[in-house]
Amino acid sequence: MTAPDVRLGALREKYATEIDAILARYPEDQRRSAVMPLLYLAQHQYGYLSPAALQEVATILGLSSTQVGSLVGFYTLYHDRPAGQVRMQICTDLPCALRGAEAFAQSVCQNLGIRLGETTADGLITVEEVTCLAGCDRAPMFQVQDSTGIHYRESQTVESAMAWTEEVRRTYGRS
Amino acid sequence: MAAAEHILLRHRDIPDFDRLDTYLAHGGFEALKTTVTSKSPPDVIEIVKASGLRGRGGAGFPTGVKWSFLTPDVFPRYVVVNADESEPGTFKDREIMEHNPFQLLEGVALCAFAARASTAYIYCRGEFWDLAAALGAHIAELRGRGFLGRKLFGTDFSLEIFVHLGAGAYICGEETALLESLEGKLGQPRLRPPFPAAKGLYGQPTVVNNVETLANLPPILARGADWYRSIGTKDSPGTKVFSLSGNVARPGNYELPLGTPFRTLIFDHGGGVPGGRKIKAILPAGASAPILVATEEVLDTPMDYESLPKVGSMLGSASIIVIDDSVDIFWVALKTTRFFKHESCGKCTPCREGTYWMLHLLERLHDGTPADAGQVDLLQAVARGIEGKCLCPLGEFSIMPVTSGIERFRADFAAHEASGQ
Repeated sequence: MTAPDVRLGALREKYATEIDAILARYPEDQRRSAVMPLLYLAQHQYGYLSPAALQEVATILGLSSTQVGSLVGFYTLYHDRPAGQVRMQICTDLPCALRGAEAFAQSVCQNLGIRLGETTADGLITVEEVTCLAGCDRAPMFQVQDSTGIHYRESQTVESAMAWTEEVRRTYGRS
Repeated sequence: MAAAEHILLRHRDIPDFDRLDTYLAHGGFEALKTTVTSKSPPDVIEIVKASGLRGRGGAGFPTGVKWSFLTPDVFPRYVVVNADESEPGTFKDREIMEHNPFQLLEGVALCAFAARASTAYIYCRGEFWDLAAALGAHIAELRGRGFLGRKLFGTDFSLEIFVHLGAGAYICGEETALLESLEGKLGQPRLRPPFPAAKGLYGQPTVVNNVETLANLPPILARGADWYRSIGTKDSPGTKVFSLSGNVARPGNYELPLGTPFRTLIFDHGGGVPGGRKIKAILPAGASAPILVATEEVLDTPMDYESLPKVGSMLGSASIIVIDDSVDIFWVALKTTRFFKHESCGKCTPCREGTYWMLHLLERLHDGTPADAGQVDLLQAVARGIEGKCLCPLGEFSIMPVTSGIERFRADFAAHEASGQ
């Protein structure tokens, strides 16, 4: 892993085409609408939304970094501090809980030797509880948030979830 | 009772229905072409009004009537698709978008034609990342094949559709919060009026409709309002995708005529309650409606917009969560309150502070520190203090499992008061 590039402007240089395509979706006088897609872009580039990353997004859109920063606290899929390479976000809301999601989450954490909200010692996986993901009929389930986006894993058992964590370790070369 | 014809979940009957060629081979986009080339926008609004279609996002407001509120002669106008499906227990829009995407997109185009809008945004919850990418590819394909873009079917009607991803906020399912979010702001509800039909996205007249609502449009325009009214009940025409979850043998989506009784859904389709347990309670609209005691009368109640209020609840988004007799309703209220406290947007005081105090009291009862007598009554009083005072429905929803739980399952709450656990 190379250190994240937090030079101001790196985002604009690297993703010029993507940024233009995002801006083109909204009226020219409504560029602020592009702030959420740009925050995703920045988060995937840097791993989390540092003050420098917020400033960069703000500069592209002509907003203040406070305007941009307030969104990070409001929306749960944006993160203002680093965590594991991969966030394993388990739904423990009512429908999933009725199908054993709370016990599932506890067992997964026990097997990983961490508590909910913590990151594994190798810095790879952060396990978090989240609210309903619209996967209630396939509980227990979790979503994986990483640098490629967000992906669902449904109809899980503790065994299948642990097999997935092994897969993550292999992918990131730390088995 | 035999399963009805699938109108919305057609992919369950036809393989590869998420491929454009398959959709076209089964009459896809014929309704749009016929409508755009031979009908006027007011014609379409009248047909949708006549069909009796009601909004499937939860409120059940007549769709054609909602469209007719658009401020005349103000342009540009926008269509915004509410695909922020986040109500606990609701996973119907996701199935439509994943497996029957072209029917939704044709519905969006029909709505845009009726509203005389040339830009539509699909606001997808951020968690639907992969789904949104697929939807974006389908839109590009439609553009390439001449079903989207400029001057469609040789007429003056032009349309572009864009997918916009949210980032994890239940409140953005509320339509004015969704518009704020789409404008790049915090997803907090606006004071209404003005409603979005007058001042919506960027201050322009805007139609906001749910995914399932829009997916109903191609069959309605293809087969007519009378056909549509032949399904369902007089006040709730059509089918509904019921999301069934919780303590049930076969959870999943079931498309059934509105007016189908709970018993048919839960026992005939869902296979009943597993493990030899009995059904104790039903949450008919996710976390956002009063909890029903699963009496014989309730089980025989038709699931439609007019019947649920008569037994003391609401149809909402029709996400039916089944609770068996091993479950403590106090715990259910704890779970839903934790959800609402987490999801409160913080804009209005009754919801922001009220959900905090409801959760605080519930946790105190749960932990037994200290378990004074009268805690349940205090909880009920806090809930009543929130009622009717919130800026948007979310705050009102937050109290429903608590107040109905205490009224209808008092013993479950009293047990915690007595034992302090």
